Amino acid sequence: MLRLAKKLTAEGSFYAAVATLVVFAAFPFYWMLITTFKADGDLYDLKSVPYWFNAAPTLEHIRYLFAETLFVQWLMNSALVGLCVVAITLIVALPGGYSLARMPARSAETLGIGIFLTYLVPPTLLFLPLSRVVSRLGLQDSLWSLVVIYPTFTIPFCTWLLMGFFKSVPREIEEAAIVDGCTVMGAFVKTVLPLCLPAILTVVIFTFTLTMQEFVYALTFISSSEEKPVTLGVATDLIRGDIFYWGELMGAALIASVPVAIAYNLFLDRFISGITGGAVK
Amino acid sequence: MTTITATPRPMRSRFLLDRSEVVGPLFIAPAILYVLVLVGLPFLLALYYSVSAYSIFNPSFAFVGLKNFRDVIDSEIFRRTLVNTLVFTISAQIIGLLLGKIGAMLLMQEFRGRGVARALVVLPWAVPVSLATIAWLWMFDSLYSVINWTLIAVGLVDAANRPQWLGQEDLAMIAVVVVHAWRLFPFGVVIFLAGFTSVPKDVLDAATVDGAGFWRRNYQIILPIIAPIVLIALIFGTVFTFTDLSVVYLLTKGGPINSTQVLGTYAFQVGILSGDVAHGAAICLFLFPFLLVAVILLLRSLRRREI
Amino acid sequence: MAAVTTNEIRKQFGDVVAVDGISLAVRDGEFLVLLGPSGCGKTTFLRIIAGLEKPTSGVILIGGEVVNDVPPRARGVAMVFQNYGLYPHLTVWNNIAFPLKTQGAQRDEIKRKVEWASRLLGINHLAQRRPRQLSGGERQRVALARALVRDPTVFLLDEPLSNLDAKLRASARSELKHFQQTVSTTTIYVTHDQVEAMGMGDRIAVIDRGKLRQIGTPGEIYDDPVDEFVASFLGTPPMNLIERDGGSMGFRPENFLPKELLNGAPVVELPFRIDRVEYLGSEHILYGALDGRVAKREVTAKLPAHATLDGISPGAWHEFAVRETELRFFDRDGRRTDTKGRDR
Repeated sequence: MLRLAKKLTAEGSFYAAVATLVVFAAFPFYWMLITTFKADGDLYDLKSVPYWFNAAPTLEHIRYLFAETLFVQWLMNSALVGLCVVAITLIVALPGGYSLARMPARSAETLGIGIFLTYLVPPTLLFLPLSRVVSRLGLQDSLWSLVVIYPTFTIPFCTWLLMGFFKSVPREIEEAAIVDGCTVMGAFVKTVLPLCLPAILTVVIFTFTLTMQEFVYALTFISSSEEKPVTLGVATDLIRGDIFYWGELMGAALIASVPVAIAYNLFLDRFISGITGGAVK
Repeated sequence: MTTITATPRPMRSRFLLDRSEVVGPLFIAPAILYVLVLVGLPFLLALYYSVSAYSIFNPSFAFVGLKNFRDVIDSEIFRRTLVNTLVFTISAQIIGLLLGKIGAMLLMQEFRGRGVARALVVLPWAVPVSLATIAWLWMFDSLYSVINWTLIAVGLVDAANRPQWLGQEDLAMIAVVVVHAWRLFPFGVVIFLAGFTSVPKDVLDAATVDGAGFWRRNYQIILPIIAPIVLIALIFGTVFTFTDLSVVYLLTKGGPINSTQVLGTYAFQVGILSGDVAHGAAICLFLFPFLLVAVILLLRSLRRREI
Repeated sequence: MAAVTTNEIRKQFGDVVAVDGISLAVRDGEFLVLLGPSGCGKTTFLRIIAGLEKPTSGVILIGGEVVNDVPPRARGVAMVFQNYGLYPHLTVWNNIAFPLKTQGAQRDEIKRKVEWASRLLGINHLAQRRPRQLSGGERQRVALARALVRDPTVFLLDEPLSNLDAKLRASARSELKHFQQTVSTTTIYVTHDQVEAMGMGDRIAVIDRGKLRQIGTPGEIYDDPVDEFVASFLGTPPMNLIERDGGSMGFRPENFLPKELLNGAPVVELPFRIDRVEYLGSEHILYGALDGRVAKREVTAKLPAHATLDGISPGAWHEFAVRETELRFFDRDGRRTDTKGRDR
């Protein structure tokens, strides 16, 4: 009897701990969800219980968001920037990662670490001089400033990730292709790349999500509403004077977060093995 | 056996792409160029601005020596900012680390709904910073905060004296630290999970057979083995928190009265909003020694790691 | 004209000299084996001929042309790697077609050649499979077909049988030799296995620590070794080497027999104390020592199974002898001093 009680309390406290952690992590999202669908009257009523609907849920905030704000424009901006940055990153990081993977060990390690270290240089150190560079280039207040600047943090990490994946392809296969008639580049394209497609997909998703999340550079370079990516637009534009349009704000936050969250969850294991260098099997 | 005296001809140009000495550097050049031009150069530019009198209204490169740095250090706001940044970073890291470890230990167990739990726990880290922070902004709202509502309903707080999370100095600090830690801990969970699963099972079994109990196994066997990975994650996490601008900017913009001002937001305010590029650059550069330390630590622990 | 000629090829990796000045000429259509222990530089040498490594110094000629600065794809060589190097993401058909596609051949020509190569190696039924679905022997044949399809001047084979089971190796060996004789392409074959070398090679080049020790037919290498290394490397068990006059005297175990079996020719008598006997089915190996002579290792005698072992008792001394013509002499540096066996 005592055994059973002990087991139950142990299990009980285990589940309690898990529940607490999960609630801590996920409650803000639940809050986002509920706020989005609550009618204004219900939302701003101090006397009602906020955890659930007290009046009928409404789609009004969503409608307003899509019909009367620039939300859709912001989503498209982010998507456009994301695609362009992915393209630039792939073009630079694929050959870069391969070069590091096949270079003699000593110089590859130095270069690799050097590139990896740039990842540690934060936007808050660079945003000031970059804002001057951007205005000198005439890209002020334009999405293209982001397309140019964002690869500075996607390229280093992706090159390092890809280097790890390329190293795992046995050299014999490339050598066979070289003896069979390919140039070094040809061997790379025809044998290494097809074998690393899952890794490349991971890099694409990772780059895209990194781009979608960025805030500091967007805040620094862009001021007109039509040019804002979704992270910036939602944070700054859904306010009239002192009044926050919470329903719309939460709805926007929710919609913009969901794809990123899904992508992260699907590719989480791949990210981890990339980060820990494949040490985790 | 005939002796060949022919001398090899120099490589014809049509074989240029066959030579790995050509293709290797060619392939890595764009990445290096990108980094040099858009990271290296701006950094040098920041140094340059910090010793000039440059501002948006007066873009002159007059050399002023270390005057900007002296101005900045003399400013009380700056000193407050520096202290704030350190306090936030350390607190958020400790909380994040603890929660991360606990979370990983919990999620290591098999239980029904583990996949769902893991997906939910990862959310704070996965979701864009600004959007998550806005949700917290709403949760900390002066009138409609759900946290306050709960505290009042439970009786811990009196409706007339409801806490102004973002309006009172010490509460604002707590709020910012909580949001930082909330964002950080899933990263910790993921790293610890990866670390735990990388410990070879035979090592654990040997320890159990040798009589090591739960705590000893944890602290004397597992922790030392995963220390390198955790250290690297810790360094990155610290750098991200120390240099972060988004959370503070969106929650409090540095207020009330600079009680939550951090280096990032202060540099933004001075350098961009006020247009005083020279002083802004000087503030930014205070990040640098800290980063240097982080880099050295990182390199040391990378060396020690057995890959 | 020699198909492949190398002149003083030297390869250094930092301080390590992998290939130390090898010069040889491979005859058109011959099957040349590069034989040596692991790490002797034979694979590095092969890769230099292929163009996968650049020599530190020396000249390589293929088909009479200097190819030092010509990349592999323009040298007219085809290579089969130790692990076959098959493209995992392509079907067998596409694996074999790959070299033709990279050279821009027409579709019907590709089809014709791939089918011809597959038929020759008996693998047309495997055309749509992937490498991971094939057995070791099948993979080897695909690798050969891929090499064949380019009509190369030289085949380069890097220990292709080492990944096969022992049983499969014997049949694969004869299949390979038969295949080479059918297509009569010059072949350079690297191995550390002397049985493969003796069984397949038209000539064998024995390599040790980057240097070419001896090149000759299997008969020449076996019966007429130029130094102790070559003498010891070939033959199982290795040649017995007895200290004599500052140098050594050598004789092979199969020539070290009971005196009664050697009537006729002049012999040297060597009393033999037998310490143990190994019965291997087809032969007996006797291990022991000689009276008053210092030997490099345990002295061995190899008797065929049908020789009687009456009177052989472990621990006792027996009257064994070697025909004078079977003795080989070496100086203190290990170099051969006599000329016996050269009339063969």
